[in-house]
Amino acid sequence: MKEADEFTITPPAKLTLNFRELWQYRELFYFFTWRDVKVKYKQTLLGIFWAILQPIFMMLIFTLFFGRSLGVETQGVPYPLFVFSGLVLWNLFSTGITNAGNSMVTNSNIIKKIYFPRLIIPVSSILSSLVDLFFAFIVFIGLLIWYAPEINLINALIFWPLGIILGCIATFGPGCWLSALNIKYRDFRYVIPFLVQALLFLSPVIYPQVVVQQRWLQILLAVNPMYGAIEIFRIPLNGELLNPSLVELSILSGFIFLIGGLIYFKRTEMYFADLA
Amino acid sequence: MKPVLELKNISKRFSIHHRESYLSLRDRISDLFSSSVKDEEFWALNDVSFDVNPGDSLGIIGRNGAGKSTLLKILSKITPPTKGKITGRGRMASLLEVGTGFHPELSGRENIFFNGSLMGMKKKEINNKFDEIVQFSGTEKFLDTPLKHYSSGMQLRLAFSVAAFLEPEILIIDEVLAVGDVEFQKKCLGKMEDVSKSGRTILFVSHNMAAVSRLCNRALLLDHGQIMASGKPDEVIHAYLKNREEKTTRPAMVNLSEGLTLHDFCFKQDELKPGDSLKYSFRLLSKVPNPISGLALLIYNELNERIGIVDLRNEALLGRSRENCELNFAGILDDLHLVDGVYNVGIYISSNSVQGDFYDLNSFHVSLPDGDIVPYDRQQRGYVSFRHDGGIQ
Repeated sequence: MKEADEFTITPPAKLTLNFRELWQYRELFYFFTWRDVKVKYKQTLLGIFWAILQPIFMMLIFTLFFGRSLGVETQGVPYPLFVFSGLVLWNLFSTGITNAGNSMVTNSNIIKKIYFPRLIIPVSSILSSLVDLFFAFIVFIGLLIWYAPEINLINALIFWPLGIILGCIATFGPGCWLSALNIKYRDFRYVIPFLVQALLFLSPVIYPQVVVQQRWLQILLAVNPMYGAIEIFRIPLNGELLNPSLVELSILSGFIFLIGGLIYFKRTEMYFADLA
Repeated sequence: MKPVLELKNISKRFSIHHRESYLSLRDRISDLFSSSVKDEEFWALNDVSFDVNPGDSLGIIGRNGAGKSTLLKILSKITPPTKGKITGRGRMASLLEVGTGFHPELSGRENIFFNGSLMGMKKKEINNKFDEIVQFSGTEKFLDTPLKHYSSGMQLRLAFSVAAFLEPEILIIDEVLAVGDVEFQKKCLGKMEDVSKSGRTILFVSHNMAAVSRLCNRALLLDHGQIMASGKPDEVIHAYLKNREEKTTRPAMVNLSEGLTLHDFCFKQDELKPGDSLKYSFRLLSKVPNPISGLALLIYNELNERIGIVDLRNEALLGRSRENCELNFAGILDDLHLVDGVYNVGIYISSNSVQGDFYDLNSFHVSLPDGDIVPYDRQQRGYVSFRHDGGIQ
């Protein structure tokens, strides 16, 4: 018998992320993500095409109402391209946060019967939204070829991945937080859809940030961690970062949510099975 | 040799909230203003310590609510202990349920992989054992069919097959064997015997005393969160049965569901001998319209094996549904050819508001007539005491 197989079970002690254990269970990340993606598109006629159709339809609607009718000014970037670049990340956030937020409750039958690091559940539901992002990104590339704006390739190779990573962080912190809160207080089942809707208007998805002039509104915008992610993702399109200090604030906010979310999740994790 | 599991002073406290099963923010907010609400505490486990040696198969028995499930959950790391420490040596797997995480939309093949990995198997391991698992379950033809099209028996076989191919050093099992058809149950019990013979350690929680006495070499009796007895299975089972008989004060009323209650469940039982008749009566009271679609008496022996049922459905009963109605039942079980012993009676009921079994509602005692011949040993005599005339001619 190997020494490594020795284990102890004690009352909950200090907070640790226990990366070693997460690494031991790494295959489960894959299996949960794989299951989520499979289940999502099972028995649908169009299957994975929905990942593409959704943002395309949203882009068309926003273009008609905001681009054409209201004539929102987007610094020379064609409006459909502008809104789609925002939607690529926004969909990651909205589906990620919705799925992660509900993930502990929907998987409560598993939580009550078997042990594994609970963090795997919300992380995997965000990873499965990354699969959708991948397909939406292909459409984005298609749009870029169609509209052929001037793009600095080096900028693109740096800031697209960076934007996506920041988007993941922005999704992950609140996602963890909500998933733990939801299992404790089922009220959050109703809070999440409302939150996602409200945040869409607090993100520069359908309008550029310059539209917002009041200082306090700008700050409010920047507290939203998606703000920074979307602005960074748009650097290759805009050619420059418009309001660096606000973006820095937003990125900082993303990390604060991440750390806060992880701490809250870890603190309640032990009791999920009793609460679920 | 060091024990594979050492439990030291394990205790678990629960607070009982006198409200809905989960918290809501409103409760939390209203709590802020009324500090007088005190949650009641209770210890599901209280200072439980024992060791399990390599190769042991330990059966854990006890009444409902004795703390068996809590102990299993703590051992499986699903919920933490409030006090105490467990040290384990070896790879541990726990089967509190078979088919955890089975998804109806996924195919049999996909479910094998997901469920297997949940239970701690590596992908490579599942790949290697895949054919064996499928063969053991007997679902080859339906591998790529979504699970929702499987019969419940097939789902169960598939689920157990994945579990059967786990290879932990310590295996924790909760009554999962109490389900499935007889043929498959035998297969599973056989598999468990193989596991215990191969020198691995098993912890087995069960109501089925026969299975405990057959599979285990040690047993533990829990009562009110404490160890009441431990040692050889037969001795511990005996202690359990004695303990249970002492506690035979039956409540006059049992709540079956909201608004549906069972009253005065009574078995007339003076001296009852094999072959005698037995009278029963009970009342069902319903406060709401509640059509009953199924009703049966369930009869169990001391080892909690089901001996038989008394089907109480007839046209007069089915669909009776007046509000505030009271249904009176009475009858006679003729010619009870049971071997002597204590029998427990439960009820199965299926109606709008409830469907399920209710155990240990009453019991009766069949005793052996006085005779000149010393009877054979109880275990040799099976279930039925045949009426028989004749012998040597």
